[in-house]
Amino acid sequence: MTALPPFQAVLDRHGADVYRYLVASVGPVDADDCFQEACVSALRAYPELRHGDHLRAWLFRIAERKVIDLHRTRARRALPSDDLPEQSVSDRPAHASTDLFDQVRRLPDKQRAAVFLRCVLGTPYGELARALGCSEPAARRSVHEGLTKLRKGAHRWTTSSVG
Amino acid sequence: MDDLERRLKEHELPGGAPQATLTSVAQRAEREGLVDVAYTTVDSPMGDLLLAATPFGLARVAYPLNGFDSVLAELARRLSPRVVEAPARLDRVRRELDEYFEGSRREFDLPLDLSVASGFSRRVLEATARVGFGELASYREVARAAGSERAVRAAGSALGRNPVPVVVPCHRVLRTGGGLGGYTGGLDKKRFLLDLEGLEV
Repeated sequence: MTALPPFQAVLDRHGADVYRYLVASVGPVDADDCFQEACVSALRAYPELRHGDHLRAWLFRIAERKVIDLHRTRARRALPSDDLPEQSVSDRPAHASTDLFDQVRRLPDKQRAAVFLRCVLGTPYGELARALGCSEPAARRSVHEGLTKLRKGAHRWTTSSVG
Repeated sequence: MDDLERRLKEHELPGGAPQATLTSVAQRAEREGLVDVAYTTVDSPMGDLLLAATPFGLARVAYPLNGFDSVLAELARRLSPRVVEAPARLDRVRRELDEYFEGSRREFDLPLDLSVASGFSRRVLEATARVGFGELASYREVARAAGSERAVRAAGSALGRNPVPVVVPCHRVLRTGGGLGGYTGGLDKKRFLLDLEGLEV
């Protein structure tokens, strides 16, 4: 167990990747606010941590909570509509998008987080499990299920765009 | 890795948060009372200095020789891990230091947080704070003022651990025979400060 380093050192070390994760997860417009919220929440909770291990996963977990909060706020704000995708945290409507990240953003929360953290940021599975608050096999499963859905979605997109 | 995984990996993302965002984080943290130790680095005629303050006052001035990272780690351990680079809290310290180095200020008017020092060490620092601009004292005199004339060595080591050099002027304390003694930031810094105050040693 290591002592808690200065909070600024944690932010200097992992902040850039947390920001990238947020841009991937909610798009550039909302990433800034989510990032600030996540940093302030992390700082508030920081002295209560008993040791300085796994701080990166801890920070991602807080960031992910902000993504889910934003998702809920958007869902509340959005007008009821049939063609709103159920799990979307995307800035743009589903049908207009060919962007790969937009497709990831429409996955269920856990799969979305797993795919971004694993496939975009290269997070090791042990850390991924901590960030997602689940077991390592469950983390692997979320990545796998997310990728499978994306492959199917990509296939559908290709055929429908050709057809 | 298949095509999908490659495309995910190679997707463009920014390098990190913009500076303005990081500044906002520090300002917001400060506003919400979450910054137990605010710090910044400033350049001075003596080279870079690290300045750190709690809500009670200036808690640390450090030289590059002390290792800024290890100084910050020590503050995290001894005061609070909520250590944030939040320069605004150090504005007044920075201004007074600038004036001191320019020669327009002879004493500092700053609240200090000396909570890391206690007992005899604390009294040594308080005695040293009373040694004025351009004056000199010996380790023995400082030890006596702190209540124990024989504790010369302890006084020396308390000054070696002075958390706020320059502001608590341990550079004005020399060996009884007039020898330079030691200095937390390196003897060249001590010579620089004595020279700045017109003292020949």
